[in-house]
Amino acid sequence: MAVTKAQKEQAAKFYETMSTIRHFEEGVKRDFLAGEIPGFLHVYIGEEAIATGVCGALRSDDMIESTHRGHGHCIAKGADVNRMMAEIFGKKTGLCQGRGGSMHIADFSIGMLGANGVVGGGYNLATGAALANKMVLKNDKVSVVFFGDGASNRGTFHEAMNVASAWKLPVIFVNEMNCWASTTPYRTTCNTENISDRAYGYHVPGVVVDGQDVFAVYEAAKTAVERARKGEGPTFIEAKTYRIEGHFVGDPELYRDREETQKIFHDTDPLKRFRAAADKMKLMTSAECDAIDEKCAEKIKAAKEFALASDYPDSSEFMKYVYVED
Amino acid sequence: MRTLTFAQATCEAMAETMKKDSTIFVMGEDLARQGGIFGQFKGLPEQFPGRILDTPISETFIIGGGVGAALAGARPVVDMHFADFIGVPMDEIFNQMAKARYMFGGQAKVPLVLRAPDGMTFQGAAQHSQCVEAWFPHIPGIKVVAPSNPYDAKMVLIAAIESDDPVLYFENKILYKEKGELPEVADQKAYKLGTARVEREGSDVTIVSYSIGMKNARGAADLLAKDGIKAEVVDLISLSPWDKETVLNSVKKTHRLCVVHEAVKQSGFGAEIAATVAEEAMEYLDAPILRFGAPFCPIPFSPSLEKMVRVYPEDLYKGIKGMF
Repeated sequence: MAVTKAQKEQAAKFYETMSTIRHFEEGVKRDFLAGEIPGFLHVYIGEEAIATGVCGALRSDDMIESTHRGHGHCIAKGADVNRMMAEIFGKKTGLCQGRGGSMHIADFSIGMLGANGVVGGGYNLATGAALANKMVLKNDKVSVVFFGDGASNRGTFHEAMNVASAWKLPVIFVNEMNCWASTTPYRTTCNTENISDRAYGYHVPGVVVDGQDVFAVYEAAKTAVERARKGEGPTFIEAKTYRIEGHFVGDPELYRDREETQKIFHDTDPLKRFRAAADKMKLMTSAECDAIDEKCAEKIKAAKEFALASDYPDSSEFMKYVYVED
Repeated sequence: MRTLTFAQATCEAMAETMKKDSTIFVMGEDLARQGGIFGQFKGLPEQFPGRILDTPISETFIIGGGVGAALAGARPVVDMHFADFIGVPMDEIFNQMAKARYMFGGQAKVPLVLRAPDGMTFQGAAQHSQCVEAWFPHIPGIKVVAPSNPYDAKMVLIAAIESDDPVLYFENKILYKEKGELPEVADQKAYKLGTARVEREGSDVTIVSYSIGMKNARGAADLLAKDGIKAEVVDLISLSPWDKETVLNSVKKTHRLCVVHEAVKQSGFGAEIAATVAEEAMEYLDAPILRFGAPFCPIPFSPSLEKMVRVYPEDLYKGIKGMF
């Protein structure tokens, strides 16, 4: 079957999103290590296909709850990288005007309801947003909660999954199974290989998908979104991936073998995977991908320049936004 | 004027606000079929079908889901069944509800009301009797109220629901049946969150309290009046923000301060009031500040023990007499 123009455009969009995330993360990692960025930084390198595939299946008014490792979700949902970068540098022009930083990055204008510094903090927020949209505001918006395998062992997971299923709420649980909960390998604290097995117990479809394959993630998300929008309730998507970087930038990673990690990255890098698949399916050429990479590198360079050129927030305004009404 | 109970007054507040705004909904345990375990939601499920939701026993969902609903644009009123259970969804309160607006740089608002029935009643013992309001004025980003009578119950709840900020509404279980006069709806005066009221004017001592503690404040003022001591009674109503000015102005007039609450005295809200007065009006005081609250002990079950952790008007009377 011949490839359509729409498929080509979609593929290019996927690659651009993944490449933007990759360049963004490599950039902030470098700048953090150079001491230019304050705070904690958790990067999404190697997991780009998940945010890209999932958000690719969403409308701009759908909502997502992100994690401490949230830059990828934010970019994939459509946030402006200049304002993201400015936020990470603590600048006034940042998405959160310097109040949040990397761990609390958010862009409500595109339904990105926030990264969360508390692991497992997003389930109930996303489920509550789904409840509001379906049962109170009576619209057809869908919400997504991203979470890692570490977060899957929080009790909040159970409470949200149960209600989401009982009330058939339009929320999608996207587990980024990256095999590491900070310094602890997943299997040493959990006796199930697939977390999505738990979905069965809630009467929710549980889907395992190759998290390095953006097309596979997109297809799974599309099915889940359609189901949610039709009022049929939640889906649990388990996207298998691997945390290539340390838990945080600067993590000495004494708990694992760096060479093994690099080998996994070499074998499973979602951008490389995309290039091979796109070439095989005649969606994009290698040269077209190179051009996108170049464009993204420029975009991120410009984002850093924007952040550096921006002022810090006015210190006297530190109390602004504690309350709506003062 | 009409006579209503505290519980009925809260129902009126709910009904009036829910009629005006279809984005307000309620969720918690035992609300839709039972009307709330203390009858404080009675009649609302019939009046607003589909808008009063019975949740599973999942406190982190009740609060966290409420916060998510608020972020999505709804105005949730969530019920905590017993205030004692508020520790379960603590992260949802102090890391999510309280901080969303600030950490997202003003993009979010969380117009949520958390209703929390508190206090000693029915021999509820250690896990169904507590007053935990003092935990929350320590957290920037949320507002805390604790009305003491049916009129305030209604007007403060309306203000809480209409507020774009999250508000914790502590309602005392004994007070639910308390009756009081309310004006006709057209004559109601809006309550501004953060304001206190001088309930009784006096010149000799200021007694500050809120919620059920006001019974002690009023009772002590009556006893003192018999001895010719005129107590000024201040009903704080809001604990965060709280009306420092009204308290300071009263102390500057009476030169004596007594604070009382049912909650444990140690680190109770009375400590904040006392510290503020010591900081800002020490030179006006003619006697050390008196604080009353429960001893540092879980609430016992047996009536013979429970009575030992209560504060009585006579305690205040004796203490205040000693100030002169």
